[in-house]
Amino acid sequence: MNERLDNIINNIREKGGNIIVLLQETQEAFGYIPKEAVKYFSEELNIAPSRLYGVATFYAQFRLKPVGKNKVTACCGTACHVRGAEKIISGIKKELDLPPGEDTTKDGKFTLEEVACLGTCSFAPVVLVNGAVHGKTSAESVVRKIRSIKEKSGE
Amino acid sequence: MSNKTVIRVCMGPAGIAAGGKGVLDAFSKSLADSGLSAELKENCSSHQVGCLGLCAKDVLVEIDEGGRKTSYQYIKPDMVERIVIEHLAGGAPVKEWLVDEAFDKFYGKQFKIVLSDVGRVDPEDIDSYIAAGGYEPTREVLMTWIPDDVIDEIKTSGIRGRGGAGFPTGLKWELARRSKGPRKYIICNADEGDPGAFMDRAVIEGNPHSVIEGMLIGAFAIGSNKGYVYIRAEYPLAVERLKLAIKQAYERRFLGDDIFNTGFSFDIEIKLGAGAFVCGEETALIASIEGQRGMPRPKPPFPVNKGLWESPTVINNVETLANIPYIIRKGSNWYSSFGTERSKGTKVFALTGKIKNQGLIEVPMGIPLRDIIYEIGGGIESGKALKAVQTGGPSGGCIPAGMLDLSVDYESLAKAGSIVGSGGMIVLDEDNCMVNMAKYFVNFTQAESCGKCVPCRVGTKRLLEILTRITNGEGREGDIEKLERLSKGVKSASLCGLGQTAPNPILSNIRYFREEFEAHVRDKKCPAKVCKALLTYSILDAYCKGCGACMKACPAGAISGEKKKPHRINPDKCVRCGACFDVCKFKSVARE
Repeated sequence: MNERLDNIINNIREKGGNIIVLLQETQEAFGYIPKEAVKYFSEELNIAPSRLYGVATFYAQFRLKPVGKNKVTACCGTACHVRGAEKIISGIKKELDLPPGEDTTKDGKFTLEEVACLGTCSFAPVVLVNGAVHGKTSAESVVRKIRSIKEKSGE
Repeated sequence: MSNKTVIRVCMGPAGIAAGGKGVLDAFSKSLADSGLSAELKENCSSHQVGCLGLCAKDVLVEIDEGGRKTSYQYIKPDMVERIVIEHLAGGAPVKEWLVDEAFDKFYGKQFKIVLSDVGRVDPEDIDSYIAAGGYEPTREVLMTWIPDDVIDEIKTSGIRGRGGAGFPTGLKWELARRSKGPRKYIICNADEGDPGAFMDRAVIEGNPHSVIEGMLIGAFAIGSNKGYVYIRAEYPLAVERLKLAIKQAYERRFLGDDIFNTGFSFDIEIKLGAGAFVCGEETALIASIEGQRGMPRPKPPFPVNKGLWESPTVINNVETLANIPYIIRKGSNWYSSFGTERSKGTKVFALTGKIKNQGLIEVPMGIPLRDIIYEIGGGIESGKALKAVQTGGPSGGCIPAGMLDLSVDYESLAKAGSIVGSGGMIVLDEDNCMVNMAKYFVNFTQAESCGKCVPCRVGTKRLLEILTRITNGEGREGDIEKLERLSKGVKSASLCGLGQTAPNPILSNIRYFREEFEAHVRDKKCPAKVCKALLTYSILDAYCKGCGACMKACPAGAISGEKKKPHRINPDKCVRCGACFDVCKFKSVARE
């Protein structure tokens, strides 16, 4: 891991950058911001961990925990909201049996991401399953999709 | 190029979601292996274009035969071959797939300036933009104008910031020009954060060069050599197209040193925003570009005096900048001939919600709201009644159905308690609950509050708590007044625009729909039947056939009954999910 982190640091030094860019590249490489990365950066770059965490927790983009194998992205934009996004999200949560306050299943197979707006409002409500757009969807249809992924992975 | 046939496939966000890529590929393939004559084949090119506007009917395909245009709607890849054979080779358009009259109505009342080339030019090809007259305004300005001319021209045009606040753009540029500093910056704010709004993304994805040109002209006017585009990392396609456009502009020497041999130099760098609504606030955006937490600071000093790295900085929104080349090209008087006394030009809106023709529209300022809803939008879908139109997102408010003749401009909307905002326009029908809507927006702003100042951090939290208990059926006498009082406090005492506008949806919804709030608080009823905790379900014996569908659907085991005899719902077990209501074919489940 340290080697990859060194690469990121060198990259930033070469191109010029700041804490946000540093964290963006880290997340790009690992899928999240690992604790070890923060510790390493703080020692190498002489930046207090609190400053790194301060930035990482401020922006919606950064996650501090690994992302699940499959990603379900539910749009919470206004157009989706007025067309019943709440019902879909509670349906997904129930199906995935997410622990309260968590967005990833215990087995690490699914992550539910709730985003502000995907900008495809004319297909509201919208849910992405592993990046594929499901427009004008319903809780039942998303749950069916999740179940078929579960079956394929042999559960 | 008049004899050339061009096929335009909508590749805006909605076009891609509806399978635009597949349609484009199908055209390339079908053109390649069709029996078309060699001549026609050469003359026929398929392009990806940005948003064609009427997203609800995607994938839209436009076939332009030397100016004669035919549009198709709801096109899927497997339909492409027939279009190629019958239309392109045979000369007979496939009638049943053509756009219907809603399409003409949708465009009838619109007037496009910013979007005039979106859907026309190929966003990934600078030559396509140049062929449409692109970079000519920049050349003219850099070679023959002085900066004060530009400022005067923009001031005369009357254009105001399209990001939401509506500050006059020419004046902002003038203040930055007058401000002293060895370095000045121009920032394009493409961190579109309003949920339900995608105008800026559509402009960048559809015509990125117009934004670069706007920045070039602005930079020349204020005396800046360095610009930043602050764009959300969550907009991968927009980022990709913008990067490509900047690269192409450098190759043509429209960016870099000594542009048009005038000695003027200008560089643009992309900064990826990491997702924070508060970065719509100028000082917070600056902190974010500097790599810090995006927290605002008190103003003055204003960014035009002390902005990025303490230097004079102009921040303009995407749509504002994309207007600039067209204002220069056609003149400020032409531009200011559209709109009202104090709101000039056009505005792009993302028209969504419970409306038939959803999509991206551009209308002259001052158009009656009624025309947007019933002419362009085609009215409310599924025959329900219009309840209100929400504008300005979490910083705005709603316009009730009774005020449809309102003119859509900065002043009129502000007077009605809403704002033009960045351009989200969400249509609500009788099935939407106004208390729930207020709660939705406050939930959003509360989560996005940066936490720096107490009125916003604590105030929005308390507002959300009150709204939550009202929608949970635990509203108390006096809650509505408490909401009003606290809202006013948060508005007046918050540090930045986020907190100052966060209570707007509450105040506006109470202003026009007070009785709906009262029904929640006093009668514990939700008239729109949205708030789960306030609903009760029962089975009407007269209609129930005893089919058992509801019993099967109920997740709580609250329904019992014998086959072919009326069933019963046990209110103590009922979790009010509505599954029985949705599943009953005989309308025998009553929801109150």
